[in-house]
Amino acid sequence: MNAPAPATTAPAPALVEGRGDVSAAVVDALRTGRPPVHDPAALLRADPWGEDLQLALHLLYELHYRGFAGVDDDREWDPDLLRLRRALETRFLHALRVDLRHAPRSVEEAFAPLLVEPVDLSGSVSRHLETDGELWQLREYAALRSLYHLKEADPHLWVVPRLTGRAKAGMVAVEYDEFGAGRAERIHARLFAGLMADLDLDTSYGAHLDRAPAVLLATVNLMSLFGLHRALRGALVGHFACVEITSSPGSRRLAAAMRRCGAGPAAEHFYAEHVEADAVHEQVVRREVVGGLLADEPELEPDVAFGCAATVLLEDRLGAHLLTAWREGRSALRATDGVTPAGS
Amino acid sequence: MPNEPAASRRVSLERGGPVVVEGPVEVVLEDGTVARSDRFAVALCTCRRSRTYPWCDTSHRRRERAPADHTPEEAGRP
Repeated sequence: MNAPAPATTAPAPALVEGRGDVSAAVVDALRTGRPPVHDPAALLRADPWGEDLQLALHLLYELHYRGFAGVDDDREWDPDLLRLRRALETRFLHALRVDLRHAPRSVEEAFAPLLVEPVDLSGSVSRHLETDGELWQLREYAALRSLYHLKEADPHLWVVPRLTGRAKAGMVAVEYDEFGAGRAERIHARLFAGLMADLDLDTSYGAHLDRAPAVLLATVNLMSLFGLHRALRGALVGHFACVEITSSPGSRRLAAAMRRCGAGPAAEHFYAEHVEADAVHEQVVRREVVGGLLADEPELEPDVAFGCAATVLLEDRLGAHLLTAWREGRSALRATDGVTPAGS
Repeated sequence: MPNEPAASRRVSLERGGPVVVEGPVEVVLEDGTVARSDRFAVALCTCRRSRTYPWCDTSHRRRERAPADHTPEEAGRP
């Protein structure tokens, strides 16, 4: 952590190419300033877990974060784009509810498996990286995770005005920590940029979007979906609690992976910091945020459980994708014409 | 700022888990060295299994054979 951390507030990212009819229509609308033009049937045909729908949703959500170079900031509230986003969200949310129809509806049941340390870690990405990971796999992992970590904790901040009392105070305390507790150089997104620099990756926001497959985009879209809808505030809290509960042991393994591969001090520090920080955050989120929310609004319990289960589902799918590719010696990044894997 | 000039420092207990103390905190260890954290809250290890002692690293968790279809993975953590 001696080198100055790179800034994360570079110019707005460049748009990427579409991956199907719907995402191409979004890209075209953003490039031209015109409303999106797409075949309504394409929307219904699109696989809710596929590249086209997940990229379209991601692009529309990004208008609420950093936007894109050459795209008017006002497009964030363009009714035509919002209408399309709503249609995509409906398909995404429906697909989640179908896949989670047998998931627990109580918070206790949803969190119980997360509060024990599994003996069998054969499906764990962090365990793989800790014991067998190679530097190129760490670089791919960081490039993919950068889609979230370079805006770390941003999607969760939207829930704050929808909370009161203990839940609000607890949420803001944790977010304050995420945003560096008043010190810009400690903002977690900036610590992650330091990790990326250690791994010789492009640290600019959105640089790795084109290489991120739908299975990764879905994990980030989930946070934006929950964060942007007050109706899903319970799910956002459940998601956040799930992340904080599972983070500490995973971060310890990832710090070990960075150390073993000689990734560099900033790379190791990012995860080492999260071992201790998230052990605290877990306590605050479970006791104050989840406990406070359910004291205020007990009817939201199934939503909290849903948010947790959705997070586990999408992280498990991402983990399976990464491990399958890496164990076959393949890149887990999305192939794009003539482009070598991120930063290599 | 607290309304009262000398607000009490709150310490939260949980069976089988860490003690959560409002920060900043200095912990004087048995050998006399001082561990310091300026976090808004700190989780102090009580099980003595932490690899980052005196801070909790969730090592208190029971180790359990998970159902074959379910390995909780770190979840894009903030």
